[in-house]
Amino acid sequence: MTNSIPEIEDADCVFVIGSNTSEAHPLIAHRVFRAKTKGAKLIAIDPRKTQVAQQADIHVRIHYGTDVVFLNAMMNEILRNGWHNQQFIEERTEGFEDFEKAVQEFPIEKASEICCVPVDVMREVARIYATSSISTILYTLGITEHSHGVDNVKSLANLAMLTGHIGKPSSGVNPLRGQNNVQGACDMGALPNVYPGYQVVTDIVTREKFQKAWGVPLSGEVGITIPDMMDGLIDGSVKGMYIFGENSVESDPNIHHVRKALTSAEFLVVQDIFLTKTAELAHVVLPGAAWSEVEGTYTNTERKVQRIRKAVEPPEGARPNWVILSELGRRLGLKNMDYGSAREVFDEMTSLTPSFSGITYDRIDEMDIQWPCPSQDHPGTQYLHKDQFARGKGLFHAIRYRPSEEMPDEEYPFILTTGRRYAHYHTRTMTGRCQSLHREFPGPMAQMHFSDAERLGVADGGSVEVTSRRGKVVTPVSVGDIVPEGSIFMDFHFEEANPNWLLGTYLDPVSKTPDYKVCAVKLEKHL
Amino acid sequence: MDYEFVKTTCPFCGCGCQMFLEVMEGKLVRTIPDRGAQMNEGKLCIKGWNAHQFVQSPDRLTAPLIRKNGKLRECSWEEAFGEIVSNLSTIREKHGSESLAFLSSARCSNEENYLLQKLCRAGFETNNVDHCARL
Ligand code: SF4
Repeated sequence: MTNSIPEIEDADCVFVIGSNTSEAHPLIAHRVFRAKTKGAKLIAIDPRKTQVAQQADIHVRIHYGTDVVFLNAMMNEILRNGWHNQQFIEERTEGFEDFEKAVQEFPIEKASEICCVPVDVMREVARIYATSSISTILYTLGITEHSHGVDNVKSLANLAMLTGHIGKPSSGVNPLRGQNNVQGACDMGALPNVYPGYQVVTDIVTREKFQKAWGVPLSGEVGITIPDMMDGLIDGSVKGMYIFGENSVESDPNIHHVRKALTSAEFLVVQDIFLTKTAELAHVVLPGAAWSEVEGTYTNTERKVQRIRKAVEPPEGARPNWVILSELGRRLGLKNMDYGSAREVFDEMTSLTPSFSGITYDRIDEMDIQWPCPSQDHPGTQYLHKDQFARGKGLFHAIRYRPSEEMPDEEYPFILTTGRRYAHYHTRTMTGRCQSLHREFPGPMAQMHFSDAERLGVADGGSVEVTSRRGKVVTPVSVGDIVPEGSIFMDFHFEEANPNWLLGTYLDPVSKTPDYKVCAVKLEKHL
Repeated sequence: MDYEFVKTTCPFCGCGCQMFLEVMEGKLVRTIPDRGAQMNEGKLCIKGWNAHQFVQSPDRLTAPLIRKNGKLRECSWEEAFGEIVSNLSTIREKHGSESLAFLSSARCSNEENYLLQKLCRAGFETNNVDHCARL
């Protein structure tokens, strides 16, 4: 996030797009609702009538996968009415001319047809977002998990720069990160192109710094991403794999493909706290300790580094993950893998990572610190891009519309979209073992529209067979108007009705993020 | 009786709510929201209120497992470490560093993620490390 979570409540326009905030980020939704009670206009853009959408002043029920069209048309309208921020554009950005040309190709009338949104609603949304004095954008996987996810994200950045709604308190472009430490895993360099703190592996000076610290030669070639690892296992270019705390078999799209990949591995190691479906395929499984059994830190979606503390002992036989990983390093002959505590690991990391240099366990015990925090007398950074962007000037991108890869046709006439539910977390390896959460939400429950259900003769609570080009699953459905006609929503929490059996592997060409949000399916009543 | 409160961070979503774990006789019994935390101000969602429950599940793994004759069976740490080091090293020698891949975890701590990417980069001289942020 460019801003902090508590800041949201002081915005006067909260623009929520592709985020089921109250189920996926409940305590952020709380700030959104507070902003509304303080008088902010709440705009929700989502094909589904989510809880946030139900509370919104305007709910734009956009057609699946047409965000780029909608946002470009909004910007077209903003420019036509002179609602843009000329001073911000001149002083802080570049690339405006090409961008302007692209936007002109999207008159609001044309967009209205593609997005299935009335013209006057589009106009009103453009006016409110642009002319409010403190507007902020919140988005989640409804924006990124598309085969054109990067285009969606760039369009949101364009919108914020065009109106100058960025780099101020309560105002910016805020991706809400899903997992507890997805921010931290990125920050720590668990990515094929960067070391900790986004220091690129292809830079010679950076590489020398890490070579010196770690005492071994390092590769200057960018590594491969998860989808390429899976393909590599199948084509034989990848032979050995180490999976740490991930249940890839159930959480990645196209389960057939992932299973085939992992069973092709010559050697597979899985380190986890339970015997997940992924661990069942391993050659060696290592039992780790859980979060309440170790010291360490997580970084939340607002870049705040926070402690986790040991409250209880791990079960006999399991070991803290940091102990396991450093032992493996020692056995591989690495010299400096002798750590006495998680704190020592953290200190080594900060000594190599400028944006974390000023953060210590002692300091975060005393106060909240958000990175970047370059020195021990630095208070941390509450919001980003204050006087300039990371790259200097903000760059406008000319974005054109690419429809989703697999749109409905005669054979597969429905759109399947997927997501999460309030009581569960991913593949339920944890929440399924929390008795209270299991009782609260014991089985899968897809969502369908009244009129589709009536046509198929499916009653509320009845079951449907969902078939795609990859496979078939059966799921119970609740019938209502949460999803628009012509579509079905499924969560991926339950193995028996996991939509990941159905999804394809259509990736965004830049980020390699798969499309979890638009897939063509056929629906039939299950007898 | 041994009874204490340990401050920690919720293990589920990216909000990062602060909570106390209530510990009685070495067992987790409850989570309690931290009223002093700026982010959640004494609130938790349904997942946070029940976050302690999975830790003491009887399904927890308590020994390393190794595949023998197609089946996973329990083994010692010594045997597990030996098997991993020898297999990964052999693959590296035969097929090169780029034939190895490491998947890290958005669930695990900064320290653990740092060590996993270090193990991959320093231990095997490859940048083939990723995690599920893009999924
Ligand atoms: S309590 Fe709920 S909102 Fe807070 S971090 Fe945990 S899962 Fe997220």
